[in-house]
Amino acid sequence: MTVKGERPHALTKAPFHYCPGCTHGIVHRLVAEVIDELGIEGKTVGVASVGCSVFTYNYFNCDMVQAPHGRAPAVATGVKRARPENVVFTYQGDGDLAAIGMGETVHAAARGENIVAIFINNAIYGMTGGQMAPTTLPGQVTQTTPYGRDVKTAGNPIRVCELLSSLDGVALAERVTVDSVKNVRVAKKAIKKAFEYQIAGKGYCIVEVVSTCPTNWGMSPADAIQWLRDNMLPYYPLGVYKDVGEGEQ
Amino acid sequence: MNEKVLMKGNEAIAEAAIAAGCRHFFGYPITPQTEVAAYMSKRMPKIGGVYLQAESEVASINMVLGAGAAGVRVMTSTSSPGISLMAEGISYIAGSDVPCLIVNVQRGGPGLGGIQPSQADYFQATKSTAHGDFHILVFAPSTVQETVDMISTAFDLGDKYRMPAMVLSDGMLGQMMEPVILPEAKDPDKDSKNWAVSGHGNKREHNVVNSLYINPQELEDLVKARFERYKIIQENHQMAEEYLADDADIIIVAYGSSSRVSRSAIDAARAQGIKVGMIRPITLWPFPEKFINKHIGHTKAFLSVEMSMGQMVDDVRLVVNGRAPVEFYGRTGGIIPTPKEVLEQIIRINGGVQ
Repeated sequence: MTVKGERPHALTKAPFHYCPGCTHGIVHRLVAEVIDELGIEGKTVGVASVGCSVFTYNYFNCDMVQAPHGRAPAVATGVKRARPENVVFTYQGDGDLAAIGMGETVHAAARGENIVAIFINNAIYGMTGGQMAPTTLPGQVTQTTPYGRDVKTAGNPIRVCELLSSLDGVALAERVTVDSVKNVRVAKKAIKKAFEYQIAGKGYCIVEVVSTCPTNWGMSPADAIQWLRDNMLPYYPLGVYKDVGEGEQ
Repeated sequence: MNEKVLMKGNEAIAEAAIAAGCRHFFGYPITPQTEVAAYMSKRMPKIGGVYLQAESEVASINMVLGAGAAGVRVMTSTSSPGISLMAEGISYIAGSDVPCLIVNVQRGGPGLGGIQPSQADYFQATKSTAHGDFHILVFAPSTVQETVDMISTAFDLGDKYRMPAMVLSDGMLGQMMEPVILPEAKDPDKDSKNWAVSGHGNKREHNVVNSLYINPQELEDLVKARFERYKIIQENHQMAEEYLADDADIIIVAYGSSSRVSRSAIDAARAQGIKVGMIRPITLWPFPEKFINKHIGHTKAFLSVEMSMGQMVDDVRLVVNGRAPVEFYGRTGGIIPTPKEVLEQIIRINGGVQ
């Protein structure tokens, strides 16, 4: 018998704590499959951030360090500079990466820090119960934008890949989603390319995964996927925003 | 043995760290510690080390967390406002049991304060570095040579007990030049920490460096275990210098720069027949209680001399615990007390000169 859906070795046996319909589980699996395929579990160090994904240190079988809120790029910089032979990735949500940690993100990217950032953009703070995130859409209702995000007072969402793609240190900035089999395949390819670029020493790579949060969006998983397609993707178009290419620089 | 050389305090810190096998420095510019970073930026690339200027103290302390978690000797240096920004990271480092060295070349505060020497960060270093129940090792050298010697002790004890260590210097000690003998250089050690995140190499379970414990019982157990370690440190690593203390009627308690001033005042008072001595804490945490307790009985009064509005004096009072009067004299805002001012305090407490 051939088992097609076997658990990647790079994932521990710990059951995920994520809500039904949350896309963290898919993205964890994709990262783990890439680690398995590249045979790098033994030399990979993951950096867990603060947010729903804080417990990634329980889920990935590689060595893990947990960073203060927003500081994952700085912690990853420390690990990578201490151990350039290791493969280092951060796993961050939108509040972590684009609000409290935007300074660390921009500067790690500008330095061309040779790390991978897996960026989960679900337009909301999940762990604290659904507050406005830096990526919350205009008009979107959250716990702290109960009348919908009014950009005149609450400011505008940040398109992270577009922003970072202007920096010379960035090797790859790609936005993907995991709403369909086809898109899951594209997402995995992007994640794999990011890890390969790091191994080749190309610089900072970010894969932004436009994601759902059915619980805090107040929707069923299926409705959340549809809402993502109807609302998130027009504002956050999928695609490659920067790619230095496979060849020598 | 190495030759005696003339070095600026801040540069001696950097060279001593390199001699102690440190090859990773992350920092952000701030006066009056700038020379530490400048020296590191010159030396590290020549010896295969890492010097990285971070975008903020918030980032630099987290780079320290990352490198420390990866198992290498790592340090940062800053001055007072920078420590405030590092507070969060220091708490995480302590909560993750990661060793590192933090140098604070203190300046006047609060706020942007000033850039002249100060000891107003005593509370911050010893009691309220950041949120949560934890301690860090705090060393307070008073000469450039002692600073050099303290750096390797701080690294070693930090490694031994898996905790952050701080060398609490100040703008005067950092900027002055004195002759020093540097210690013999140690090779960097990257591989002895079996808890570090350096890749499991398919040879062991994955290591996790973390400070999050959602289960309160688990967290309490862990904090308690850490405090058991602290008890061992308090028992074994109190350090202080006693100066003319054995027959003293009055004992000055002073550390770092203010102890240098106090020493001159003590010599002047002795010349006038006043029996005054000094206990100079070298470790501020653990506070050298044993050295003070030893002199309860013959000492008629203690005088804490500080470059602050009175911070260490609280610890002196806690140890003395009503068994003798504890007085305070201090200048703050970047002003260094003069030996004459301290002498006046000695004469006042002595009830004049007989």
